[in-house]
Amino acid sequence: MSTPSPQETTGSQAPAALGREDTTGLGRGGTAGLGREDVAHLARLARLALTDEELDHFAGQLSAVLDAVAEVGKADVDDVPPMTHAVPLTNVTREDVVTPSLPRDVVLTQAPAAEDDRFRVPQILGEEE
Amino acid sequence: MSTPVNTDLTTLDAAELGRRLAAGETSSVELTQAYLDRIAAQDDVLGAYLHVDPEVALARAGEVDAARAAGEELGPLAGLPVALKDVFVTEGVPTTSGSRILEGWRPPYDATVAARLKAAGTVLLGKTNMDEFAMGSSTENSAYRPTRNPWDPDRIPGGSSGGSSAAVAGGLAPWALGTDTGGSIRQPAALTGLVGHKPTYGAVSRYGLIAFSSSLDQAGPMARTVLDAAVLHEAIGGHDPRDSTSIDAPVPVLVKASQEGARGELAGLRVGVVRELGGDGHTDGYDAGVLERVRETVELLAGMGAEVREVSCPAFDLALPAYYLIAPSEASSNLARFEGMRFGLRVGDDGSHSLEEVMSLTREQGFGPEVKRRIVLGTYALSAGYYDAYYGQAQKVRTLITRDFTSAFDDVDVLVSPTSPTVAWPIGARVDDPLAMYAADLCTLPASLAGLPAISVPCGLSEGLPVGFQVMAPALSDDRCYRVAAAVEAALDAARGSRLLDELANREAAA
Repeated sequence: MSTPSPQETTGSQAPAALGREDTTGLGRGGTAGLGREDVAHLARLARLALTDEELDHFAGQLSAVLDAVAEVGKADVDDVPPMTHAVPLTNVTREDVVTPSLPRDVVLTQAPAAEDDRFRVPQILGEEE
Repeated sequence: MSTPVNTDLTTLDAAELGRRLAAGETSSVELTQAYLDRIAAQDDVLGAYLHVDPEVALARAGEVDAARAAGEELGPLAGLPVALKDVFVTEGVPTTSGSRILEGWRPPYDATVAARLKAAGTVLLGKTNMDEFAMGSSTENSAYRPTRNPWDPDRIPGGSSGGSSAAVAGGLAPWALGTDTGGSIRQPAALTGLVGHKPTYGAVSRYGLIAFSSSLDQAGPMARTVLDAAVLHEAIGGHDPRDSTSIDAPVPVLVKASQEGARGELAGLRVGVVRELGGDGHTDGYDAGVLERVRETVELLAGMGAEVREVSCPAFDLALPAYYLIAPSEASSNLARFEGMRFGLRVGDDGSHSLEEVMSLTREQGFGPEVKRRIVLGTYALSAGYYDAYYGQAQKVRTLITRDFTSAFDDVDVLVSPTSPTVAWPIGARVDDPLAMYAADLCTLPASLAGLPAISVPCGLSEGLPVGFQVMAPALSDDRCYRVAAAVEAALDAARGSRLLDELANREAAA
């Protein structure tokens, strides 16, 4: 999963590239209702460690929301193209010129943890996979 | 000229304050101090600000005053204080987007709009409260505290730019910037008696605006008058090479349009009243008082020479479900960047948790309930097997909504509606009912989905609370919004013999 930085504003890309996760755990084709297990599965995909209380609470709320948004299915959209964006811009380019980046030490002062002029992150080697 | 008699600078509009600064009748330090005093006295109750640094603001004001004293050529905004919604990153100034996950973060750069206001000589008063990551319609989803409505502190100020609306309406800032994804400038402006404009998508830079839903997010002005909003809009608008969705076109001439509109020059203007937004058969969920004020305002426009007709936009009925699929989908992608590695909160990094566990714990602790709900919903709508039925279908409905606008604008110059179906509601009334909260956006969503400019201008009171009138226009025709809004504002002010916000000041004086 890519994690764009906050200053990135190229919003025209469809989020679909990130979102097409395998969610076969949900089953296929069902419409209404998100159960507790469904919410837990989606939360795992989104890296959210929801509590038991949240799972109970959100399952009910999200089922109601899902019923409401499923209304889009009523529209007759045969031959209607999808609209991803309001501005008909494609391929915005610029000269490939090197410009200064943000100073490393300034950026690292805002990091949760830094070491040796780098972001320090939790160990990833030795994890399952 | 007589000596200014109004000793309370914080009840004046920015245009008058700018005139006094240029004329040497006040200084930026005096002005900034007046707002800081007002913030100190009022903000414990209102909760409009998340961050105020009086020393920095006064030092900045002193610099502008010194430059003026030295005879430097200054722009019309020089020395005027301004407040920014906390969604805009500001170099060295704490920026949270209303979320715990960014608590204490000091961004290393300025948003383009913040940089432009700085270059224009404005003084940053502070960062205003907001629904977390701009997700909400009441500012109750702020991770820090709710904001209260200056008209009635037991009620919400709208959202998500509710800190900005409360600050300006309450006299805690002369004007402010907000952002609008599904109505987050227009609805809080409506609910607090302000003017708020969502520019054409791409007309104001999104660089440095913490992203919620990238195909919808747009920054814009919130102000006491249409003219002030136009001045602020012109100052921030225009192409920005750092935002690849920025439109490379001149900013429409908005100040002039506002001045012409204020003279009531509307002859020949064709106004379409959208049936699906509060018209016959579509009044469920609307306050009768809101519809009455809007109907009166339409009559007012007709009286000024506008040709008024009803217009039907059937796909607008599906704007709410389409929006609440598209926005959460984009949000679930955008908010992936908050994983506790490069900035903000990190939880569980004690050697006993894996990288993924640290990410999950950080996001669990750093995000509030509405953000989590939308991430889960967006993840679902984008997932294989559901993508076509939800996200894909919503995108096609978005096309239908845009087509409705296009065909309507074949026949009329602007479309009008209420801005919000209701007046400000009591704090807590909708906080645990997402669908009730979402319904607040009913009227503002169509223009958001189509990327069109739309303004909210006050059109009176209902139950003693402000009502907003929405004017929507074709892309890059923002000037039409300002022209019509200025006509409404001038006619209502003339009929009332005062400005709507004077009513608020009078109530406060009487209390």
